[in-house]
Amino acid sequence: MAAILFGLGLAALLVRRNAIFTLMSIEVMLNAAGLAFVAAGARWGHADGQVMFLFILAMAAAEVSVGLALLLRLHHLFKSLDIDAASTMRG
Amino acid sequence: MLQLLWLIPAIPFASTLVLALFGRRMSERMVAIAGVGSVGLSALISLAIVPAFLASGTSYTQILWTWMNVAGFRPEIAFYLDPVSLLMVVVVTFVSFLIHLYSAEFMEDDEGYARFFAYMNLFVASMVVLVLADNLLLLYLGWEGVGLCSYLLIGFWYKDPVNGLAARKAFIVTRAGDTAMIVGLFILFHSLGTLQIQDLMHLASARWPVGSPYATAAAALLLGGAVGKSAQLPLQTWLPDAMAGPTPTSALIHAATMVTAGVYLIARTHILFSLAPDVQFAVAVVGAATIVVAGCSALTQSDIKRILAYSTMSQIGYMFLALGVGSWAAAMFHFMTHAFFKGLLFLASGVVIEALHHEHNIFRMGGLRKELPIVFWTFLIGGCSLAGLPLVTAGYFSKDFILWGAWTSPQSNPAFWIVGIIGVLLTGLYTFRLIFVVFFGSSHTPVTHRPHYRIIVPVILLAALSIVGGWFKDSLVAFLNSALPPLSEVHVNGLTATLSSIVAGLAFLLGLGLAYLFFLGKPEYTESLMRGGLMRALHAFWFADWGFDWLYDRTLVRPFVWIATLNRRDVVDSAFTAIARCNQTAYYALSRTESGRLRWYAAAVGAGAVVFIGVILFT
Repeated sequence: MAAILFGLGLAALLVRRNAIFTLMSIEVMLNAAGLAFVAAGARWGHADGQVMFLFILAMAAAEVSVGLALLLRLHHLFKSLDIDAASTMRG
Repeated sequence: MLQLLWLIPAIPFASTLVLALFGRRMSERMVAIAGVGSVGLSALISLAIVPAFLASGTSYTQILWTWMNVAGFRPEIAFYLDPVSLLMVVVVTFVSFLIHLYSAEFMEDDEGYARFFAYMNLFVASMVVLVLADNLLLLYLGWEGVGLCSYLLIGFWYKDPVNGLAARKAFIVTRAGDTAMIVGLFILFHSLGTLQIQDLMHLASARWPVGSPYATAAAALLLGGAVGKSAQLPLQTWLPDAMAGPTPTSALIHAATMVTAGVYLIARTHILFSLAPDVQFAVAVVGAATIVVAGCSALTQSDIKRILAYSTMSQIGYMFLALGVGSWAAAMFHFMTHAFFKGLLFLASGVVIEALHHEHNIFRMGGLRKELPIVFWTFLIGGCSLAGLPLVTAGYFSKDFILWGAWTSPQSNPAFWIVGIIGVLLTGLYTFRLIFVVFFGSSHTPVTHRPHYRIIVPVILLAALSIVGGWFKDSLVAFLNSALPPLSEVHVNGLTATLSSIVAGLAFLLGLGLAYLFFLGKPEYTESLMRGGLMRALHAFWFADWGFDWLYDRTLVRPFVWIATLNRRDVVDSAFTAIARCNQTAYYALSRTESGRLRWYAAAVGAGAVVFIGVILFT
């Protein structure tokens, strides 16, 4: 189940150009990882899996807030949400 | 008094440093005081040393400090004074002082005034080091020092590329000789273990028999150095071009002092040359050949300074001839008189050139006898001394002495004497050609500039010395013979000293008469002579210095330039360039991947993770 979710997230990340979808697919992948941790913790009877999930949850919240802020700036700068528009920043 | 010896090179050197560091901020007057005063002090000290030396003995060594101490090689900074080096030091510093005084006025208003005096002082310091050096390595230091100053001063007016070319030519051609000389020093050190001149001479005469291959090789290599520095055949081509420098430079470096360094070197190491009779014979042959070659070239030149340059070569040829036949004192004596009269001739020609607004061509001069009487009379005295006016001038006494040695010494050969007499004839001819064309006849260019006392005084003093210098012949020769072996006279039969002198005098008169006939009395004779095809070809050949420049250009310069052009892309360097190319290509390939497209990055990370996990799972 977690692997399927992760695969879906990755595929979405690669296919979609809209930045909001990119963020959403990252979120999906993070949740997939969290699900994998919880499942593994239940399987081997450890509490560590749930602790890790809490960490992932907190990190995802922080990441989304930073990501959305970046998104606003990008929209302001390029008048679009296409992430390839930002490729002019390449070194 | 003798302890002051080290000051003779030290004072000009200190002055060089001051002028090089602060010269730009000093006024011309201050520069002249520093530049001329320092050499004047040196000249005073060297004169003051003479009586002290005469009272003390035959030689004096002053050790200052040890230069280096490497595996038994222990040269010292030490000065050695004996009659030969004393004569050299006195003449060098005194003539230098007069020429410096002259340049104080001659170089006035030149933008490189301080630079000029810095170079000139450095030259005097190097030359004195060369002369006083106690070991051959210190001598070599001075030797290279004067070479450097010669280069700097020939290219003094560096804005004209021709001068830079002449300077480089002088440097490179003398370099050929210097390389031979340093190889000679290596041989001497390798086989005898020291470079201290006196020890070296004792060891050489103790260990090597006459004609041994080591002695021959070492002497031949030293001769190579001497030939380069003294502009003898076949390395003479740099000297005429060296006249691109300011006239005082030509007078000091390329006539009076530096070019005689080769003569001094051979006289200094005369024991070595006595051990190598073949090389000593070669010295005489080189000298004799140069007398004739340079004399003929001088006859055809039209640039006043080039005529004097060729005559310098020919006079040094006389010194080499004297060295070659073992008449050591005669060579040193001729060095002294030559320093006086050739310095004088150059200084006087500098006045002429300056007066006619930098005109070098003698055929555009003329009639200067009335315009510049002082210069005319002094030039006449110098010319007579150069050509050897009998019984009056210094040049006559020294040249006569050389001719006598060329006839009588055991190493000599009547051919040398005959060549010497031909040389006297040629000298008389070209000297009076110069004088008649420049000072007689009708005027072609108006005189714009007249000399003042700082130019007049040195010229008159040198003119006086050009006459007086010969009167002390006997005492001077006796003095020199306390350090050099005296001339041994064997072939006295057939020719007496008086007869040799009379023949030399007649040759002089013949030269004078021919010059009068061709260049003053009946100029139409010259024209009819020049109409012949053979004579014209000969003129062109002599004018081009017997084709030596052409020969060197074809055999050395052009192949070198050709190889350099061929190797313009530098074969050896291409391996290193290839490494740089590889790195550059890799960099471009990698920078392509940095497209800025986020999804490509994510895909690359994902693919990397898949590959990584795959590798872990399936191995």
